[in-house]
Amino acid sequence: MSAEVALKTAEALQLSSRFLTNVKERAIESLLLLAALTSVAITVGIIGVLVYESFGFFRQISLVDFFTDTQWTPLFSEPHYGILPLVSGTVVTTAVALAVAVPMGSLIAISLSEYASSGVREVIKPGLELLSAVPTVVYGYFALLFVTPALQAVWPEVPGFNMLSAGLVIGMMIIPYVSSVSEDAMRAVPVHLREGAFALGATRMQTALRVVFPSALSGITAAYVLGISRAIGETMVVAIAAGMQPRLTWNPLEPAATMTAYIVQVSLGDLPHGSIGYQTIFATGLTLLLMTLVFNIAGHVLKKRYRQMY
Amino acid sequence: MAMACFVLLALLLQLIYDGMGRVSWQFLTSYPSRFPSQAGILSAWIGTVLVMFLTALTAVPLGIGAAIYLEEYAAKNWMTDVIEINITNLAGVPSIVYGLMALGLLVYEFHLGQSFLTAGLTLAMLILPMVIIATREALRAVPPQIREASYALGATKWQTVRDHVVPYSMGGILTGMILALSRAVGETAPLITVGALSFIAFLPHPPVTAEFPFVSIQWLFDPFTVMPIQMFNWVSRPQEEFHINAAAAGVVLILMTLAMNALAIAVRGRFRRRIHW
Repeated sequence: MSAEVALKTAEALQLSSRFLTNVKERAIESLLLLAALTSVAITVGIIGVLVYESFGFFRQISLVDFFTDTQWTPLFSEPHYGILPLVSGTVVTTAVALAVAVPMGSLIAISLSEYASSGVREVIKPGLELLSAVPTVVYGYFALLFVTPALQAVWPEVPGFNMLSAGLVIGMMIIPYVSSVSEDAMRAVPVHLREGAFALGATRMQTALRVVFPSALSGITAAYVLGISRAIGETMVVAIAAGMQPRLTWNPLEPAATMTAYIVQVSLGDLPHGSIGYQTIFATGLTLLLMTLVFNIAGHVLKKRYRQMY
Repeated sequence: MAMACFVLLALLLQLIYDGMGRVSWQFLTSYPSRFPSQAGILSAWIGTVLVMFLTALTAVPLGIGAAIYLEEYAAKNWMTDVIEINITNLAGVPSIVYGLMALGLLVYEFHLGQSFLTAGLTLAMLILPMVIIATREALRAVPPQIREASYALGATKWQTVRDHVVPYSMGGILTGMILALSRAVGETAPLITVGALSFIAFLPHPPVTAEFPFVSIQWLFDPFTVMPIQMFNWVSRPQEEFHINAAAAGVVLILMTLAMNALAIAVRGRFRRRIHW
């Protein structure tokens, strides 16, 4: 009799401990899911805040004015709210940056993937990674105090703040990014394509430029596109070196403000919460987010494509 | 390629040359000042340390938890897809946009003010995608046989993750954490938007007090500044002497990030040697 009771208790205990384990497992899984969902919450927060504040902005300023007015002077006594000058500043610095990063990044990627021995790669790759570890404010310092004086030594009429020096430095900054994504794409090209080219008597350079490069083109384009998105969002270099006057110009030798620089400029001042000036930075931020989003999505689509090809 | 490295090296050397003379005990232990020769980075580097502490405290557990969920638990359904696409896209959002979000949400909606707490949370949100991506890669490197062996011995899912998968991928996880934090150390733009002050001539309330309960959270709500903000402030001034201070702050800042990167490489090497599958 007592043995039976003991057996039953033991069974019950075992059951309850299994039950407890199950509850614990479930609880932990829910906690982990919660952690994963915070990233979604952040996105919702970003979009929510930007859209909400921009909504307040666009209730007072029409979309037509926003996209067609050629002046951006929200803090002047006679305010104009045309985003074009900020967009032109962003486009010019990004174009200069690409003019640096595309050729340099591609060359580095080709030499790392097709020419370099594994020893050289082991040294260069961490070196490139370190480049991206340098804080952007330090790059801003370089742009203002080294690159601009160097440009002035060549063309004395270059002003102290200009988009060219900011763009050049941003270009240097995104080289590691462009080169590492392109290199991955080129290494994904199967070896038999290279061997085929060599068998037909192609030299190493012909193989690299005419076989590997075209085969990896969608991946390499992805690298460029993601690089563009980086350059658009870069803030400190332009805020320090490009000057902060918004003006509609396509000449890289002139000072101008980008969207990011404008946000910094306003944040440095002390605008009252809820004023139209305060709302302008959110409208600008929304435009910026949408521009980078387009490039990011395009880049990821291209990246997926080269993965599927082989 | 050599040219790019050479240009950068030249720039770095120039920075060190300009700034090194200014880096001294006095520089590290003085507050910012109107007089360039008396100015220092005391409040800035203490601010950086405190903000990094908060950032790590928030981003590391959240990031590792999210990565474990996605790698070990998540079923293949639409919710997982949404989370994954979302993380990829978050990683590409410009940092200043995080600053705008924090300004609207943390500063004004949650009334956290322009404080250490806001700064730490802002940077934590910024590096969260990086932490998640790095941790997932580390977890993926653990071969599935390890998990199967653990299940075969009757371990539950969580026991397997806690006692096997996470410890074995610790090297990769730690490396990712350190690299993400070193990114956060140099971030400037989002902290400007949430209202970093560039002239702070006092220290925050001490986190440790003499009376019971010995820890104080008063400092969380103090105004903050960090190294890159201080450097930005000095670069933007017209006077030459302040530019030298900026170079010196830059040297200290680069030393900080390089030290973290070196630590990451060392950690990676150490764990790589110890584990043989």
